[in-house]
Amino acid sequence: MLARARAAVVAQGNLTSFLFVLPALVIFAVFYVYPFLNMVFLSFHEWRGIGPLHFIGLQNYQEIVGDRLWWNSMAHAGYITLIALTFQNALAFGLALACDREIRMKRFYRLVFFIPPVLSEVVVGLMGNWILNPGLQNGQHIGLLNHLLYSSGFPQLVNNWLGDPRTALTTIAIVHSWKGFGWGFIMLLVGLQTIDKQLYEAARVDGASAWKAFVHITVPMMLPVILVVMILTILGSMQVFVLILSMVNEGLVNHTDVPATYILTSMIGNGRFGYACAQAVIFGVILVGVSFIMKRMSDWVKRI
Amino acid sequence: MKINKYILLGLTQSTLTHIFLLSVALTCLFPIFWMVRCAFMTNETVFVDKALIPHVLNFGNFAVAWTKGNFGMYFLNSVIYTAGVVSGLVLIASLAAFAFSRLKFPGKDFIFYMFVAAMMIPLPGSFVALVVLMNKLHLINTRAGYILCMINVGLAMSILLLKTFFDRIPRDLDDAARIDGCGRLGIWWHVALPLARPAIAVIVVFNSLIVWNEYILATLLLSEPQLMPLQRGLMVFQGANSTDYPVLMAGLTMAALPVILIYMVMQKHIVKVLASGEVAV
Amino acid sequence: MRRLLMLCCCSLLVVFSGCAQPAGPGNKLVLWHWMTDCHDTFLKLAQQYQKETGVEVTVRLLAPSDAYSRMTIAAAQANVLPDIYGILGIKAMAADFIKAGLVADLTGEMQANGGAWENSLFDKALADKRFDPDNIYGVKPGIYGVPVNLTNQQMLYNKRLLAKAGITAPPVTFDAFIKDAQALKRVGITPFVSGWGELWLLHCFATNYAFNIMGEKKVLATFRGEVKYTDPDWIKVFNVFVVLRDKGVLIDGIVTKGNKYAEQDFALERAAFAFNGSWCVNVYRNMNSDLEYGVMLPPMVSKAFPLKIWGGAGSSFMVNAVSPNKDQAIAFLKWFTAKTQQVSLAVETSTLPANKEALKESLTTVSPVLGEFFKGMDQATHPTIWPVNEDPQVMEVFDRAIQGIIIGEKTALQAARDVQKAKDHQLSKGAR
Repeated sequence: MLARARAAVVAQGNLTSFLFVLPALVIFAVFYVYPFLNMVFLSFHEWRGIGPLHFIGLQNYQEIVGDRLWWNSMAHAGYITLIALTFQNALAFGLALACDREIRMKRFYRLVFFIPPVLSEVVVGLMGNWILNPGLQNGQHIGLLNHLLYSSGFPQLVNNWLGDPRTALTTIAIVHSWKGFGWGFIMLLVGLQTIDKQLYEAARVDGASAWKAFVHITVPMMLPVILVVMILTILGSMQVFVLILSMVNEGLVNHTDVPATYILTSMIGNGRFGYACAQAVIFGVILVGVSFIMKRMSDWVKRI
Repeated sequence: MKINKYILLGLTQSTLTHIFLLSVALTCLFPIFWMVRCAFMTNETVFVDKALIPHVLNFGNFAVAWTKGNFGMYFLNSVIYTAGVVSGLVLIASLAAFAFSRLKFPGKDFIFYMFVAAMMIPLPGSFVALVVLMNKLHLINTRAGYILCMINVGLAMSILLLKTFFDRIPRDLDDAARIDGCGRLGIWWHVALPLARPAIAVIVVFNSLIVWNEYILATLLLSEPQLMPLQRGLMVFQGANSTDYPVLMAGLTMAALPVILIYMVMQKHIVKVLASGEVAV
Repeated sequence: MRRLLMLCCCSLLVVFSGCAQPAGPGNKLVLWHWMTDCHDTFLKLAQQYQKETGVEVTVRLLAPSDAYSRMTIAAAQANVLPDIYGILGIKAMAADFIKAGLVADLTGEMQANGGAWENSLFDKALADKRFDPDNIYGVKPGIYGVPVNLTNQQMLYNKRLLAKAGITAPPVTFDAFIKDAQALKRVGITPFVSGWGELWLLHCFATNYAFNIMGEKKVLATFRGEVKYTDPDWIKVFNVFVVLRDKGVLIDGIVTKGNKYAEQDFALERAAFAFNGSWCVNVYRNMNSDLEYGVMLPPMVSKAFPLKIWGGAGSSFMVNAVSPNKDQAIAFLKWFTAKTQQVSLAVETSTLPANKEALKESLTTVSPVLGEFFKGMDQATHPTIWPVNEDPQVMEVFDRAIQGIIIGEKTALQAARDVQKAKDHQLSKGAR
């Protein structure tokens, strides 16, 4: 009798405890789990957005495998990521190292370097588009960059940066890096500040050079933070999207396509919702794979 | 002689460092300055006048953007969305995090790891399905629909952050509160939340930034100008006035300056977010 | 903490109270459109209509057009379309809407009273949303849309810049055009601009030449898969762009240029020729009222077949078949396309009205350039009236291939092969 009453009390307690999680769970299920499952479901169909669904099995996936433009767009995202990983993160690390020492205006720098990241991609994209404008008015360059190049004695460097297939993607990658390096900078700076300065003192007493101290103290101590910055850079750069949309609109003959814009064209431009979903599934799988590998790497680093 | 050499070395080193830092700082600030500068020009001068301070100043662009571009409305919408998402998020996430940290219920671990996994797995393409779903729920083109979607965006991270924070609060405090007659809800309200204030500040700042700058969901879910937030409105504005650069730049300035100002005020908290490793992985 | 909670509650309250969808009872109509430059006039006309009849018409502008079409599709899925709306995109899209039962069949209304409404409207404009018997879309034959205005796409020339290069008359043949372009380049003027970052405009230009080089029959046979894109005639079409590229006729970065930017380039005299639609009269006037320009047909490459340009309804409105206010919506559209309203639309937005009488009247009053545009209506054709259309995916490959030629990545032959490959793929898919 008593046992059963206690069990009832426990069950009721469990229920009220569960109520705490319920709102979060409902939102999560409705706005995350369901769209995910529905996306997988739609990827097996041909559907124009309205009208009936046609089940076509794995045909969408087969088409993706042979879709050169899709893999092209994947390569573009990879290229942007590569530039972000090397150029952007090297810059961030360099700036963080420079700001870690006792110098004047440290606060100013820290403040300024994080301004681009707080701007939205729309603002940065439209601003970039204006600065990179390739046009001429009355024989003068309209865009700031071309004007500066021209007037500072490099007229041969004047270019249609976003309209030239050789430079468009790199230009986008650099604007993306400009917008993003502040994140890495702050995280790395915070990481650097946690390193015990006595370690450097000890190294100096032992006669180690600054370079040696950097290689043997800074880098190993910073490895976990560096990995975190790398993961965030990869995930952020692979999904770069709004920036491209606001800079080149429909794109430059597939030279500026990335998976996210390609999915959107498939969905809205061509009205192929099923195909767009299949692309999204593949893209998701690839991103999960990448984050899984990076997570493994960071676990491994933490252990040693 | 030797000392001199060191001082000299140190001096050149610090000069070089400053040159490096200053040049990067300049590239950060100059485009923004250029945008503001162009916002004060006219359609006649904007293509040809390249002086740092334009020869003819025109203050009318901001008024045009504010009235003709409807920026006042977009601005208000963005404020509503930011406040709605952030407050809803804090409430929902803190309740869930509290349960994960303190309470017992069946399936707890499973649900928790599901949230963690969701944070690890980005879903770039799910917006196709999301739009279909929002249609079915009649939540497309509603404020509530957009807010709920945006709460979902920040949910996993906030729960994780708050749970780690709650875990650090000593259990003795719970017991003390329980003796005072507090139930679970009371402990959450009187003990957990006040102590988690730093974590909440982090969530508020971080998610405000996300909501304020969000574009893609707003594009997919909201089409009525009365409901659009600032970033979406900006693209509408660009679509309609893309060739009127001074007014466009005025619009961009109005979208960017509040964030920059708020960032400057809240800078400490943002650094804190990034310093807490939990956010990242 | 308590204050925070209060704040939360208040803001949530604001949010959820403001989201109820307005339901339109009785004397209220809702209209969606995407035409930024017509919006003010639409609003004015709606106000006037309310004064005259007491029916309130809410005019909602959803721009830009890609956002508009996304929104109509979404609204169709959720069955929350307004009483009056337009459908953008290829005809197959309109067919989908009709088959889903979302568009009212207006044939009866059009043909009532001896076809009074139908006869008052310009025939080529009606064709936009007319479905003929045995159409390939499987739609019940009839008229499903009400045209609001007319457009066609032609070339424009800047009189002042041409004079500067010593050119007295606009070129008629393609060779003369290339020669003029060289003359312009010699005096430092960019010859040609168009918004070919937007695929449809480029597509339109290319099909003009396809019709000119091989004639309508062969073009349509290609769509049916009976003629290959690697046919010498199609190579000639691709070659037009090779010549334009090699002779440096096109403005820098033409394949990333949105049409708005191209319009600005022409209006601010950065280029001497442009390819654009008749709505440009309004656009140019707003950007540079001193611009002196004329309208010309795209210069002919061949004498074998007549050159056709694209033209027809600029935009059409449909009536929501499931709307409870269907009859009022039709009454409004009748009023909207009557002469007086059409004249004021034409005058205020410098467009060609769809109403025949209004057209006659406004041609003399609005702008001489618009009259020149109207002359082109005789040569106008449009994919919506062709019995068969190319698959949209093949169309995209076609346009992208031409863009590839322009940026120097492809030869005419490579482009042709790419398009044919896509066509083969599509045909084999259809066969399956």
